[in-house]
Amino acid sequence: MNIVACVKQVPDTEALIKVKPDGSGIEEGGIKWVMNPYDEFGVEEALKLKEKLGGEVTVVSVGPARTMETIRTALAMGAEKGIHIDDPALYNADAYTTANALAAAIKEIPYDIIFCGQRAIDGDMGQVGSILAELLDIPQCTIVTKLDVGDGKATAVKPIEGAQLVLETSLPCVITAQKGLNEPRYASLPGIMKAKKKPVDVKNAAALGISVEPKAKIEKMTPPPARPPGKIIEGEDPAAKAAEVIRLLREEAKVI
Amino acid sequence: MDFSFTEEQQMIRDMSRKFADDVVMPRAEELEKTGEYPYDILAQMADLGMMGIPFPENYGGSGGDWTGMHLCIEELSRGDATLGALLDVTTSVVAQELYEFGTEEQKQKWLIPMAQGKEIGAFGLTEPGAGSDAGATKTTAQLNGDEWVINGTKQFITNIGLDTASIVIITARTKSTEERKRDQINTYIVPKGTQGFTLGKRYDKMSWQHSATHECIFEDCRIPRGYFLGKEGRGFAQHLAVLQTGRISIAAMSVGLAQACFEASLKYAKERVQFGQPIYNFQGVSFKIADMAMNIELARNMYLKACWLKDNNMPHVLEAAYAKLFASEMCEKVASDAYQIHGGYGFMNEYAVSRYYKGCKILQIVEGTSEVQRMVISRNLG
Ligand SMILES: Cc1cc2nc3c(=O)[nH]c(=O)nc-3n(C[C@H](O)[C@H](O)[C@H](O)COP(=O)(O)OP(=O)(O)OC[C@H]3O[C@@H](n4cnc5c(N)ncnc54)[C@H](O)[C@@H]3O)c2cc1C
Repeated sequence: MNIVACVKQVPDTEALIKVKPDGSGIEEGGIKWVMNPYDEFGVEEALKLKEKLGGEVTVVSVGPARTMETIRTALAMGAEKGIHIDDPALYNADAYTTANALAAAIKEIPYDIIFCGQRAIDGDMGQVGSILAELLDIPQCTIVTKLDVGDGKATAVKPIEGAQLVLETSLPCVITAQKGLNEPRYASLPGIMKAKKKPVDVKNAAALGISVEPKAKIEKMTPPPARPPGKIIEGEDPAAKAAEVIRLLREEAKVI
Repeated sequence: MDFSFTEEQQMIRDMSRKFADDVVMPRAEELEKTGEYPYDILAQMADLGMMGIPFPENYGGSGGDWTGMHLCIEELSRGDATLGALLDVTTSVVAQELYEFGTEEQKQKWLIPMAQGKEIGAFGLTEPGAGSDAGATKTTAQLNGDEWVINGTKQFITNIGLDTASIVIITARTKSTEERKRDQINTYIVPKGTQGFTLGKRYDKMSWQHSATHECIFEDCRIPRGYFLGKEGRGFAQHLAVLQTGRISIAAMSVGLAQACFEASLKYAKERVQFGQPIYNFQGVSFKIADMAMNIELARNMYLKACWLKDNNMPHVLEAAYAKLFASEMCEKVASDAYQIHGGYGFMNEYAVSRYYKGCKILQIVEGTSEVQRMVISRNLG
């Protein structure tokens, strides 16, 4: 079975994010980069599938040179090879352009099933997996928490408001992974030591023959407004304090 | 000069940190309270290849280096210093001694399962009358036919109480049948369960409750001739050689424990409000935390330099002693300041800093006391 896992490198969930003064993006200096947590679920599912049915896992990522760390992490977890799409024109690309680059790279290799995270925790767009499936013209099951693959088809569970859908699809298909799908493994020491010896193809947009013209552009990033400090009502008499709260809710906050 | 980690070292550090956060930290308080040995965590560490990082794959290791190994010790110790001690004794000391000085047969028999983490090692140097003066060992070994007969007592022996502990490597005075001026000190491998080898009761300790420390008692304990380790007359030197790595390991543990103190203090100081504001706003508090961050980084740089020297086969007697001495003394100060910043809560067992404080002092004792480190340093200054 030929399995593909798409991964994105994102700032660590605990990183302190600062917007650049000109609003063109975030300050990248000093940030610790990690594999997007939803992509980890995708990689884990890919590895489990390989262990069950045999085959190979290829990880594909779009991003600058540092992205190689994330590809190596997936290789250390157990993937066989990597494709690194590195082109300055694709750094911070929109969802369509990113998916288009992934599609172009994946079209060049055999694939039976493709995993993506359901969204990336940085841009929070949640579109790449779906667009990728459309570009490859294959079915997709998104936000999946349980997956069974066998007999040339995949059965996926997708939670929805108050219920869950059980979806069945032919292969090849795109699965986007949601928390709960599995517990991602740690990269083992032997895995880490072997990761560097595994092949990673580095390609740019020209090599893939794709357009890098964005469909959407980020005009400006602004940090969320600082929360105004709370108000503490001083005083000894609880009744008077309660009356003051009501007055403020009515006159200042205008919520009652 | 290049201060960057290799990709592998970086991945080892990231993975160990994650493992410590997810698996170790949530269990540390309970383990310290119950004193139960964390066999399940040890099994996971074995599966991940953490017990054999610096050894080649054909000896059950992961083919990494001592820098990677110590990054792992630091991160684990940030979660639970007792696990750092377990790794130190097994890998840095016992497995290394087998790897450096053992015969091929000994490596096959004991090193491989140890590097794989299936078995744990113990190291027996200290005796009731031989602590810092480890050369004063009274335990004896005498050749009798094809067997060595061991008599004596080793004390404070880490790991030996674990069900998975396979051997203790001890030093003993070898009584020669031939006429010899002085007794030799040699090293011997004594498997657990050998007749005549018994364990004293488990020590009641101030900290490291789930570290399996016991007295080892040898009464006419017979081991095959082939369990002699290394070169004749070199036993003490062999032990000291691997203890040098043990010192780097204690330094890495100290840094990990201090890092945990720092993280807890920073979080607490930003949350705790007194005089109408977070106590971090007071220089009396924030300067303590600034000093913590600085000293931790200095200690980390020192142990990493010692590792780098070791990985590059360069002498590092001084660097290992500097790292151990500075890091363990730094750790006590950091733990004390962390407690201070927590005020009365620092005394409460439900706050991790109380556990950290109890666990910091021992780092100035094991693998050579602070005084012994200063002796090593001053003797090597020329
Ligand atoms: C929890 C724990 C685990 C341990 N695990 C192991 C183990 O696995 N294997 C093992 O072999 N040992 C182990 N030890 C023993 C440890 O290495 C010794 O405790 C340590 O080396 C000090 O020896 P001592 O306790 O006999 O103290 P002593 O040597 O009696 O020292 C007492 C004090 O005198 C000082 N002192 C001694 N000589 C001098 C001098 N010449 N100049 C200045 N000051 C001096 C010391 O620094 C110390 O402050 C362990 C100890 C503990 C507590």
